[in-house]
Amino acid sequence: MIADNKNPEINNLVVKLLKKTGKKGYYWGFFLLLIVIAGTYALVIQITKGHIVTGMRDNVAWGLYIANFIFFMGLSYASAIISGLLRLFRVSWRRPVIRITDLMTIISAIIGPLYILLCIGRIDRLHHLIVYARIQSPIIWDVFAISTFLIGGIIILYLGLIEDFALLRDNHFIKAGKLRKRLYKLLALRYNKSPEQTKILYNNLDLISALLIPVAIILSTILSWVFGLTLRPGWNSTIFGPYFVFASIYSGIAAIIVALWIFRKAYHLEKYITKVHFIKLGILLLVLSILYGYFTFNEYFSIWYSSEKWDTKLLAKLFDFSQYGWLFIFSNYVGILLPIIVVAVPWLRRINNIAVVSVIVIISLWIKRYIIVVPTLETTLFPIQDTREAWINYSPTWVEWSITIGGVAMICLLFMLVSRLIPIMPLKEALDKEKIGNKNIVPELWDFNK
Amino acid sequence: MKAFSNKKNKRRYSPRRKFLKSGLVLSAAFISGSTSISSCSGDNSTKSGKKTRLLTQDGNLVEVDESNIHESHKHCIKASLKEERKGIPGRKFVMVIDLAKCRNARKCIEKCQEAHNLPPDQEWMKVYLIKDSQHTEPYWFPKPCFHCDNPPCVKVCPVDATFKRKDGIVLIDNHRCIGCKFCLTGCPYSARIYNWKEPEIPEDIKNQQYSAETSVPAMIGTVSKCDFCPDMCRIGKVPHCVSACPNGAIYYGDLNEDAVSNGNEVVRFSELMSDKGGYRYAEELGTEPCVYYLPPKERIFPVKSGFKNLSEEEKARYKNIIK
Repeated sequence: MIADNKNPEINNLVVKLLKKTGKKGYYWGFFLLLIVIAGTYALVIQITKGHIVTGMRDNVAWGLYIANFIFFMGLSYASAIISGLLRLFRVSWRRPVIRITDLMTIISAIIGPLYILLCIGRIDRLHHLIVYARIQSPIIWDVFAISTFLIGGIIILYLGLIEDFALLRDNHFIKAGKLRKRLYKLLALRYNKSPEQTKILYNNLDLISALLIPVAIILSTILSWVFGLTLRPGWNSTIFGPYFVFASIYSGIAAIIVALWIFRKAYHLEKYITKVHFIKLGILLLVLSILYGYFTFNEYFSIWYSSEKWDTKLLAKLFDFSQYGWLFIFSNYVGILLPIIVVAVPWLRRINNIAVVSVIVIISLWIKRYIIVVPTLETTLFPIQDTREAWINYSPTWVEWSITIGGVAMICLLFMLVSRLIPIMPLKEALDKEKIGNKNIVPELWDFNK
Repeated sequence: MKAFSNKKNKRRYSPRRKFLKSGLVLSAAFISGSTSISSCSGDNSTKSGKKTRLLTQDGNLVEVDESNIHESHKHCIKASLKEERKGIPGRKFVMVIDLAKCRNARKCIEKCQEAHNLPPDQEWMKVYLIKDSQHTEPYWFPKPCFHCDNPPCVKVCPVDATFKRKDGIVLIDNHRCIGCKFCLTGCPYSARIYNWKEPEIPEDIKNQQYSAETSVPAMIGTVSKCDFCPDMCRIGKVPHCVSACPNGAIYYGDLNEDAVSNGNEVVRFSELMSDKGGYRYAEELGTEPCVYYLPPKERIFPVKSGFKNLSEEEKARYKNIIK
C-alpha cells in the first residue's frame, strides 16, 4: 500500500501498518504454517486411530487439551473485560492497545473451543450437543456462552473498525488494490462521519463494551464450573469462579503486553506504543498478580490447614518435587512474585523487562491450568490399583503436544493475516489525537458539567 | 409380545406379594436359563399344559405355557430403547456386597468380562485392596458402578447419553454419547471406562444393534461401565458377577420387595442391613449409591488368601498396600 504526502501523519501510519509483507514476514508465515500443518497431521492421526494416541486414560481423562481450552478462553474473556474497561473509562492511553485487545478476544475465542472439540471422542456426533442438548450440563452452558460471546466480540471489533474502514475508503491518496478498496468500501457501511452516525457508533461501542464485561465475567465463571461443580479434590471449591476470573484477566494483561511488544518491533511503532503503555499495563499486571496471588493462597491454605484426607493426597502430589513440586513453585511463586518485583522496582521497570516478565506470567498461568487439571484427576477416591503406567500418571504424547503447539501457531498466524488486512492500531483515533492534541474526541460517558 | 396380551395366560402379581414367592420364581428362572417367548397365536394343539412363571418387561409376573418358551440368543434385544430408558416399573434394584466373604477370587470380574465381551484390561467390576488407615486391617473391596440415586455422571452429561432409570439403574446410550469424558471426571468412584481404541470384539457381536441394557457392542470414543445387568433381571436372573461369585459375597435384588439374592439364598435386605451393619461407601459425598456393603467382620478368608491365584501383574497392583 502506497500513500502520498498530503497528510504525512496518517500516511506514515498506514504505510507502516499496511505495507506489503516483507521477506521476513513470508518466512515467519511459512514457518507458522508448517507448525499448523504438523498439528493438523497429528489431529488426523487422532481422529483415525482414536484417543488411544493421546496420553489420556480412564483416570486422567482430560489433559493438555482442557488446559489449553481454559487458558485460551481465559485470554479471550480477559481481553473483552480489559478492552471494555479501557473504553468505558475513557483511559487516555488506550488507543494503541485497544485494537490488539479486541483481536485477542476474537482469535482466542476461535482457537480455544477447538481444543475442547479435540477432547471429544466422537466429533462426528457434535450435532448431538444441539439436538439432544441437556440444559443441566455445564458443557451446554459453555456451548451457549462461547457462541454468545463470539458474536459479541465480533460486533465490538467491527464497530471499532468502521471509522478506519471509512478512512481507508475515502482517502484517495492511500493507494490500495481494487479488491482491497472495494472490501473497505463494503465494510465501511456507508459511514459518512456525520455527527448523528458518530453518536450512534460510539453509543453502541459503549453499550456492547458494557454488556461484554459482565458477560465475560459470567462466562469465565462458567468455565470454572466445569471443574468446580464436580466432586473432586482441588476442583470442588467455592472460590473457583472468581479465581478463574482473576487468573484470566492476569494472563490477558500479560498476553496484551507481549502482543504489543511484538507488533511494536515488527511494525516499528515506537512512536505510538511507548514506554508509558508498558508501564501502565505493567502496573495493571502488578495489581492483578497481587489479587491472583491472594486467591491462590486462599485456595491452597484452606485445604492444607483443614487437611481433609482426599485433599491432602492431592497436596502431597503438588508439593512432591518428583511429581509437580517444581511446576507448583514456578506457577504459584515465580509467576506471581516476579511481576511484582519487576514492576515495583523503578530501575527494573523497563519495556523489555516487562515484556519478558509477561512471557513468564503467560507460561506460569498455562502451567497453572495444567496443575489444576491433571494432578486432581490422578488423585482418585479409590487408590489407583493398576500396573499400566498411563493409568497412574498422565504424560502427554507427541500428538497432544503438536496439536497444542499447532494451535498457538494458528493464533500467531491469524494475528499476522488479520494485521495485513486491517490496521492493528486505530487510525482514526491516532489521527484525532495528532490533530486535537490532548482534547478527547470521544464523548464522555458521564458529562458532569451538564 | 402377543403372549402378554392373551388374558388367559396373564396373571398380574402385586409387587408387594410375599417376597418368598418371588424368590421361588427367581430360583426357578435360574434353572430354566436364558429364555424368550416366541408367540401365542391361539393354536392350542402345541400347548404342553405345563405353565411357567416369568417376569415380563414391565415387571409383572406372568404364567406362560412352557411350549411357548424358547432359548434365546445371548445378546438379543429384549427391550426397545424407550423401555430401556424408562426401566422396569415398580422395581428398585440394589446390590449388597459382603466384604467378609470376598477373597479376591476374581470370578465376578472374569464372568462380567465374558458376558459383556470386554477385553482383559477393562474391568467393570474392580476388586480393590483397601487399607483405611495405618492400624486397620486391609480388606478386599469389590466395586461395581454404584448406580447412585444422585448420580454426578448423569448430572453433567451434555446430551442425556447417560441416564437414571426409574428402577434405579444408570445406563449409557452409546449411540448418543459424544465422548466428552465429563462423566469420567464427574464420577468420584472411577466407575466409568472410556473406549480409547476400536474395541476388539467378534464381528457378529459388533454388528448387533446396541442395547443399553447389555452394553454390547462397545464402540470407540464412547463410555461404558457396569450396567447392573438389567437384561438378566428381565429374564429373572441375577447379574453375572452375582452368580459367578464362589463365596456368595454379592447379593442383588429389589429394594421394594426387600429381597436380595446371591444366587443360592434369598434374604431380606433390611435384615441384612440391621444384622450385619450394612453401610454405603463414602456416604458424605451425597451421591446416594445403590450398592451397600457389609463390613469385613468375622471374615471367612484371610486377606493373604486373595493373592493365591493371581498373576504377577495382578499382584503388582497391590504392592503399595502389602509390602
